[in-house]
Amino acid sequence: MGADLRIAGLHVGYGRIGVVTDVDLHVDPGEMVALIGSNGAGKSTLLKAVAGLLKPSAGTIALGERDITGMPPEKIVRQGLALVPEGRMLFGPLTVDENLAIGAHTRPARDEGVASDRARVQALFPVLAERHTQPAETLSGGEQQMLAVGRALMCRPQVLVLDEPSLGLAPRVIAAIFEVLDTLRAEGMSILLVEQDARLALKHADRGYVMRSGEIALEGPAHELANDEQVRHAYLGGRPETRE
Amino acid sequence: MDAAEFFQYVIAGLKSGSIYALVALGFTMVYGATGIINFAQGEFFMLGGVLAVWFHGLGLPLPVAGIAAVAATALIGIAFERVALRRQRSASPLVLVIITIGGSMVMKSLARHLFGPDELSLPEFTPGPSVDVAGVAVERQALWVWGLTIVAVLLLAWLYRRTKLGRAMRACSISHDAARLMGIDTARVAMVSFGIAAALGALAGFAVTPLTQTSWDAGAAIGVKGFAAAILGGLGNPVATVIGGLVLGLLESLSVAFVSSTYKDVISLVVLLVVLFVRPQGLFGTAQRGKV
Repeated sequence: MGADLRIAGLHVGYGRIGVVTDVDLHVDPGEMVALIGSNGAGKSTLLKAVAGLLKPSAGTIALGERDITGMPPEKIVRQGLALVPEGRMLFGPLTVDENLAIGAHTRPARDEGVASDRARVQALFPVLAERHTQPAETLSGGEQQMLAVGRALMCRPQVLVLDEPSLGLAPRVIAAIFEVLDTLRAEGMSILLVEQDARLALKHADRGYVMRSGEIALEGPAHELANDEQVRHAYLGGRPETRE
Repeated sequence: MDAAEFFQYVIAGLKSGSIYALVALGFTMVYGATGIINFAQGEFFMLGGVLAVWFHGLGLPLPVAGIAAVAATALIGIAFERVALRRQRSASPLVLVIITIGGSMVMKSLARHLFGPDELSLPEFTPGPSVDVAGVAVERQALWVWGLTIVAVLLLAWLYRRTKLGRAMRACSISHDAARLMGIDTARVAMVSFGIAAALGALAGFAVTPLTQTSWDAGAAIGVKGFAAAILGGLGNPVATVIGGLVLGLLESLSVAFVSSTYKDVISLVVLLVVLFVRPQGLFGTAQRGKV
């Protein structure tokens, strides 16, 4: 079942440059939350801090009852938070099955649930069963993203965090992936989603946050944000977006 | 040169090639787990031989002395990683590589102090006349070298392919960050890799001592050759590394046959330079890593 993720007063930076400043954000159990904003707003940096790849300089991150602030990533995943990183970071030369097996690394080698979880992931993404002996790097972009999500599910996370899952993928593939995210949320998993396709993210999420220059500029129920004049103007194609 | 004579050189090449392969596997494993070149790898070879002689001198039977030497060297490898390298993990790879050079000097000096400056030797594992292989006389000890190399490589292949630890090692060699996101304790993988690398080097040192003798300063030369073999194989997958070792051994041996024994030890340096200039990814390598 899902746990809640609570971020309070978080500051993260590279060296002396602050990239994320004073961010408060929470995901309730079983909720899907979208974090939107333009490139360079600090979304990925925030996620890296949540997963432990970057150490916050101030603030707290709590997962359920536990304070996970400053924990290394290999400990955080054991607390029940899995990140599907930007760019997927698959183990390219290893097979699809080996990637899934490594996803279950936190669990005992003889855990019989691992096999049933793999069957479940294959049911969600049938292509992973078809290509199970193929090296991950030979999959198409969409299949790789499915593998990245499937791999993250293998540790049985309570909170699933995704960084730009739709980036560079065909609409049909994006639809398939978001359908799975909807299913997982319906089963009670908590999901935090960073997306640059704001329209897509707000369509699926319960609530949303808008990040600008490292700060939370707006927050609210997804449908309200989707109708917000400012958000429409800046992120939903109200004017041509300039990429950094 | 007739066929039998040529074959004799091939046998000799495969014999030293197996030793290079074991040492080279140590380089590859540590590089995969940590991204650093461990220039103390040759000293693990030296310790395997020297410690086996010492344990044998204490009255332990030869096989027990060998196992003890390999185990002790593995522990030294683990201790080296924990004490000298782990705390500096965030330092640049260059700093870490220099630490391994320092570690190599320390091990060498201690070995000289503890075990003396002289050549040391072990009896052959199974003394007796040479064995006839396809018309060529092969020393029994050479068969031991091959046999132990094959067993070690098969064990390593099993570890990589079939165990959780092996999968974690491969994951680390592909991406440290991704491995950590999966819950893999990369510090532990680094430590275990140092232990196995040290054990492989020590096994080579133990197996070859009855043929070549050993001494406190035996590590440097074999370190260069093992490194050249690892580079030749591309510092990546273990199979390529083993082939790199065998090819280097053959090149050396055939250079004695066709050129002159004077240049035997230059071969590995030439191979090293040619590979680095012409084909830095090694004979079989495809990927490129940015480190070191």
